[in-house]
This record gives sequence, structure tokens and C-alpha cells, in this order.
Amino acid sequence: MKKKGEKIIILKNVSKYYYMGENVVKAVDGIDITVKKGSFVAVMGPSGSGKSTAMNLVGSLDVPTYGHIFLDGENISEMDESDLAQLRGKHVGFIFQQFNLIPTLTVKENIMLPMSLQDIDEYEKEKRVMELLKKVDLLDRAKHYPNQISGGQQQRVAIARALANDPPVILADEPTGNLDTHTGEIVMDVLKSLNDEGKTIVMVTHSPELAKEYADIVYWLKDGKIEKITTKRSKSMKKVGKWKGD
Amino acid sequence: MNYFRFAFRNLRKKGVRSWLTLLGIFIGILAVVSLITLGNAMKVAVTSQFGAENTEIITIQAGGLQYGPPGSFVTNPLITEDVEAINKISSVEFAVGRNIKTGKLEYNDILGIGSAISIPEGYEKEIYEVIDDIEVEYGRLLESGDSGKVLLGHNFLDGETNGFEKDIVPGRTVLINDENFAVVGILKKKGSLLVDWTVYIYEDELNDLVGNEDTVDFIEAKIKSKDLMDKAEEEIEKLMRQRRDVDVGNEDFSVTTPEATLETVNSVLGAIQAFVIIIASISIFVGSIGIVNTMTTSVLERTKEIGIMKSIGATNSQIFSQFFIESGFLGLIGGIFGVLFGILIGYAGTLAINNWLGSDIGFQFDYILILFTLMGSFLIGAVAGITPAMQAAKKNPVEALHG
Repeated sequence: MKKKGEKIIILKNVSKYYYMGENVVKAVDGIDITVKKGSFVAVMGPSGSGKSTAMNLVGSLDVPTYGHIFLDGENISEMDESDLAQLRGKHVGFIFQQFNLIPTLTVKENIMLPMSLQDIDEYEKEKRVMELLKKVDLLDRAKHYPNQISGGQQQRVAIARALANDPPVILADEPTGNLDTHTGEIVMDVLKSLNDEGKTIVMVTHSPELAKEYADIVYWLKDGKIEKITTKRSKSMKKVGKWKGD
Repeated sequence: MNYFRFAFRNLRKKGVRSWLTLLGIFIGILAVVSLITLGNAMKVAVTSQFGAENTEIITIQAGGLQYGPPGSFVTNPLITEDVEAINKISSVEFAVGRNIKTGKLEYNDILGIGSAISIPEGYEKEIYEVIDDIEVEYGRLLESGDSGKVLLGHNFLDGETNGFEKDIVPGRTVLINDENFAVVGILKKKGSLLVDWTVYIYEDELNDLVGNEDTVDFIEAKIKSKDLMDKAEEEIEKLMRQRRDVDVGNEDFSVTTPEATLETVNSVLGAIQAFVIIIASISIFVGSIGIVNTMTTSVLERTKEIGIMKSIGATNSQIFSQFFIESGFLGLIGGIFGVLFGILIGYAGTLAINNWLGSDIGFQFDYILILFTLMGSFLIGAVAGITPAMQAAKKNPVEALHG
């Protein structure tokens, strides 16, 4: 385990351009971001500001046109697709606005899937999935399909899936965007408690309130560039409750 | 990862449209399985019909016709002297002339048409034990000195099916071409129409009935050993050419070995099976295009799922394997149903053949065929899925996630 405070994600002068005919869309244009291990980082900005692209780059879903990205010490800008997939599977857990569960698999199978992709043995998988179901309080929903449970529950399944391979980094793209305020708060509390357990959280949001309340450091993006960086000196002491109901 | 379980899950959710595309594979496999099964049954049936299991007998017929009704359209028939000449060939153990004649058969005041086959006096044992391989079920066989007596095939026994509305048993009298004959015995069932519906009668009596003098419809020669078959065949052909004064290539007679009979049967059946395999191949080809179509649609429909899989760590080869195996399963399911219905049709067909020929062929269940068919159908499905699976694997994760 790396010590808290080490740099886990480094973006060095990273750009992502899309070429559409003769036009060049500079989705991300020369940004530098450094994320310390165990921190809670928010990426803010209006739509089209490049914040989702930035997150995809950090999560190795996408490769930069220019610049370098280091994830847990490895230069991902030079990796091929298979290595990137392996890296994603082990080091990054994704949480999406749309939950993105596989509809043909049960809650339990969805959570198991990242482990199956890493060829973890059945006994270990079974043990781990029970822990995760307990952690997100969905033991009684294990055999349900995604369309049989509520949005909040689906997002908790997605969180459990993101944690399946115990990755050091959790990337959340508008995790509360499709949830009502109350359910959103529950999901945010889960993320907060994960951060307290030592996970590094990078969250994309367009809600300044969420960013201010939870993040240690906020990158404000506009037109693919970093507009400003704000930090929070004193960590919020918001009480972490148990997430139940919804 | 367990691709098979995952593939099974996805197949369960497939719509009717996807299953319909399996019709091609289904029909193809069904055709292959049912017709090969039936073909094997036909081979067994035909082999027993022609008595081809008796491998040391050569049949000589006039006219050069192989399967025409004996004696029909023959301008230069075989005669008893031919039989005597063939008997003198060193490789021949014995030769007998046989006549098959059709005539009136009357019993219980019901008139029918029957066919009778001759037994040359002095050759009873050879006919019963070697040439025709027959045994009596009731009564006794014809014996030297019998006069005005006949031996009947098994199918004459039962009054419900023999057409005379009354059982024919030893001791009863039947009218053949208006002459009285006493039945001495009923033969055991042979599974061959030629024997089971035949009246056995002494040669002289049959000749008297039909006004025949010294012609025979065919000659059956028992060869001393199997090794001598080729030599005997050549010698008989040579002798017959001399006797009938014809050149090589212009023979007006035929010399047939059981092997040749089987070969002819096999080549006919082989041609039928080849034709069926062509039809089946076309059907399977069309079916595999259906699978390509289904899988391509499936990849498009599940673009987002592919994106999700990639975001949680699936490599290109894992995505490829998932779709490849799923496609194989599609083929396999078509194959399983094809095999099941193929077996059913093969079974029904075998029953029908038995019913038609009065034979008793067992169902020709071919495990190897079924194993290979199932493996083949999985393979066809998998191969059809290669291109769609590659499309799936190559998808860019970010674009795929946005659907």
C-alpha cells in the first residue's frame, strides 16, 4: 500500500483532440492535474467543458492526443488496449450517472463481473461479493435483476461493482445525476465513507454544492482548460450515517 | 471468466426473431441426421432383401438386365443345359436353375395372384440351407418324392393379412392355376418379400403348371470358397459367352455377385445421400448467414454493454470470446433441435420401412454422427460469429459507453 499523500494520478500537459472533418474539437487542452492518494477530488464545469473527457483519460478509458498520464506510477498514455483494460480492471472502479449495470445479470453477478474478468477463483469471488453486498446493504437483493430494483439501489450495486477488485481509485461521473436529492445524499455518503477508508475518489459533477461539501480539492474546467483550483483547508466533519431505504 | 454461463444468460433473453434465424441450421441438421439414419436402415433392409449376406453365391440371368423381373423381355432365355455346363466348372460347388412364375392362387374361395419359385429335385438341402437359407415354422419342408405339395412363405399364415380371410396351415389345400396342392409347411419369417410371399414348389410341377419345358429364369451357383469368387465369375462369364456366342461387351446375360449387388445399392443410396447433403449444406449455409445477422444486430444492440464491460476491465479478447461463444451456442441450439427431430423422423421412417417390407430392422442410431453433428453446429455458429465478435471487440470504450 502506498502512503497517504503520495501522488496516485498525474496528468502532465494532457490534451484530447477530436477531429471532425476540418474542425478540431479540443475537448481537453493542456491540463495538469495531480491527485494525491486518499484525497477526494472534484472536477467541475458546465457541459462541454471537457470534464467527462478528463475523467475518461484518468480512468484509462481513453488515451490522450498529447501529454502523459500516470496512474499508480504507470504511464498509461503508452499502453495498448489490452494492458489498459487490465489496468482499469485492477486499479480503477467506475461509477456512472446511468449506473450502467448489465441487464441480463443479477445484482450479485454484476458485482462479480470485474472479478471474473480478472480470473479470480470462485471461492474468493463468493466471499468478496458477500462482503460487498453487505457493505452496500443489498444482501436481500442479490438475486434481483437491475430492472427489479430502484435507481438508488442500482447505483449502490454499481458502487459495489466498482469496489470488486479493491481498486485504489474510484472514478464517479455525475454519480447523483439520475437520483433524487435524498437518494443522492445516501450515495454521496457511501463515497465519503470509502474516501475515509483510504480510497482516492475523483468525481465529475456540475453541482457546486456537492463539490464544496465533499471534495478536498476542486478543479474548475472551462473550454477544456483549467479555470481555477480551489481547496478546502478543513475537512467537512459531516456525520456518516448508514444508507438505508430509498 | 465463465463465458458459457454468460452466453447462456444472453441467449435466454433473445427474442423470437433470433430463434427464427436458427431455422436454417435446424433444417440442415435435421435433414442430415434423419436421412443418414434412414439411409443406414435402407442399406440393412436392401441387403437382407437381396440376400446379399450370402457372399458365396453368384447369380446368372439372361437379358443383361440386373433388376428386371426374372424372365421378362428375354428373347434368349437360359436353359437347363446352361446349368449343367456351369456345374462342371471347377470352382463351382453346385449350380441350380430356378424359375419364378406368377399365377392364380385360390384359397377359401378367394382368388388371388401369387408367385411361385421352383426347387429342383435333388437339390432340396442346398436350396434350404445354402441358397435361400429358409427354415420351416409349422409342418415340414418339401422332401424328395413329394407330389402335389407346396411350401408357403410366412405371410400366407395369418388369415387377417394374407388376403384369403382364413389362416393357411399345413394340411390345407390351395388351388394353383386350378390344380390342387396340399400345403406341407409354413416357413419362418425371413424379412424378405421374395421369400415371405412365395410358394415353394418342385420344378417339374411348376413347369407343368405354366407349360415351361427347359428354360430357367436364373441360375444360382454356389462357389467353393470366397477366395474363388472373382475367378468363378470370370469363368462363368467366359463359358456363357461361348455358349451364347456373344463377344465381350455385348453380353445378353448378367453375372452378379453379392458384392456387386451391394455396391449397386450403396452407390444408389450414396447418390441420394450426397444429394441430401448438398441440400443440407445450402440450408446450413443460409442458417449461418442468419446467425451472422443475429449476432451483428446483437453487437449493435449491446454496444453500451460492451462499453461497460470494457470500463470494468474486459480486454478485447474477452469481449471477442464472449460473442464468439454465444454465437456458437446459437448454432448448437439449432443443432440440438435438428438432431432431436432428425432422430424422430429417422425412427418413424424406420418403422415405415419395416411396415412396408415386413422386415424387422432395428433403429440405426449413430452416436458418432450425432456427436459430430452437434460439434459441427457449434462450430458453424462460432465461425458465423467471428466477424460480429471482432466488431464487438474493436469498439472504442468511450464511444461504446455512449451507446
